[in-house]
Parts: sequence; structure tokens; C-alpha cells
Amino acid sequence: MSIEQAITEKLTRALTPALLEVNNESHRHQGHAGSPGTGESHFHIKIVSNGFSGKARLERHRQVNVILQDELSGPVHALSISALTPEEHANQSS
Amino acid sequence: MSETEIHDWIRKQVADNDVLLFMKGTRQFPQCGFSSQVIQILDYLGVKYHDVNVLDDVSLRDGVKSFTNWPTIPQLYIKGEFVGGCDIIREMFQANELQTMLTERGVAHDQQTQMA
Repeated sequence: MSIEQAITEKLTRALTPALLEVNNESHRHQGHAGSPGTGESHFHIKIVSNGFSGKARLERHRQVNVILQDELSGPVHALSISALTPEEHANQSS
Repeated sequence: MSETEIHDWIRKQVADNDVLLFMKGTRQFPQCGFSSQVIQILDYLGVKYHDVNVLDDVSLRDGVKSFTNWPTIPQLYIKGEFVGGCDIIREMFQANELQTMLTERGVAHDQQTQMA
């Protein structure tokens, strides 16, 4: 299973998101300091879930970091996170 | 240095600096786009801050992560409190929350809101 699939699967299981986008941005970091050149090191995720309701940004990011701790302590060097509730997402797109 | 000694050193840095940024590279030569973004925001707001380059020492880099219980760099501390990494700082800046927090904590800064 690719890292991208593992991320998608774990977040889906833990947060039953209304929307989940996992974008592999590793190609934009090839050759940077610390880039391992594996092609699966830098990700951006956008996740919309009721699980974030009533939680501050820091708490939401910590939730995601815990769910993905195996990836973050290993192959994933950078993870950019946009974590929204369904209401916030609706307001953002309108 | 042991992890305990590193944590003691980090704790002292956090206590001694009102605004402290653990980053990859230096403010003049950031080595990572995420660190660079936070630098740009802090500079734009005219905030006085101290930067620590975690690439200087692998045990420092690991120590910062375990001290904050946060897996990535950069990490911004304001008045002893961990505020977040690049995404959170950028979102707070865009929502004017970072500026409000700095004001509330008594940290001098310019009153700009959004970058053009």
C-alpha cells in the first residue's frame, strides 16, 4: 500500500470525513534539504469532518498527527493540514 | 546531551524569549518553505523574535519534536505557549487572530492585517 493510501485509509477510519483530499506534493520538494527522494515524503491534506467541531486548530492538528503518527515518524517529512468542520467548509466555498 | 538536558535547554529558550521560532535554517537562509512562510509573516508583522535552527543538531531537532509533542518543524512559541506550525500560523494570520494574540500577550508588532 502506498503512503497516500495509508493516510487516506487511516483518516477515513478515524474521522469519517465528509471530504478528504490527500495530495502528494513530494515532486515539488525533490532535492530540497531533508527530502529523501522517495516521492512519498510531502503531503497536503484537506479534511472536512464533524470530528473537529468545537475544537481549536491546534487540537485538530494534534488529532490528525496522532492518527498519522507512524507515517510522520517515518516516511512523511512534511504534512500540511487544512482541517475544517462541514459548516466552516460550506462558508469557505460560498 | 541527553534528551532531558536538551529539554531543559529548550525550556529555557521558551522562557527567555517572548517569541521563539524553531525552524529549519536561519531567518536569513530558511532551508524549508514552511519555515520560510512563518518568517515572512513574523517579519511582515514587525515582530521581534528569536530563531533557533534545528538543523544544527539532530538531537535538538528530535528534542524539539518530543518537547512540544508535535511531529514537524517549524514551531512557534509566544510567551511560553506553543501556538502552532506553519499551517496554523498562516491561518491565524489570515484571520487576524495572530495579531490579536500578539496584542493580548503584550508583544509589540505592526498593525498590518493581510499580505497584499
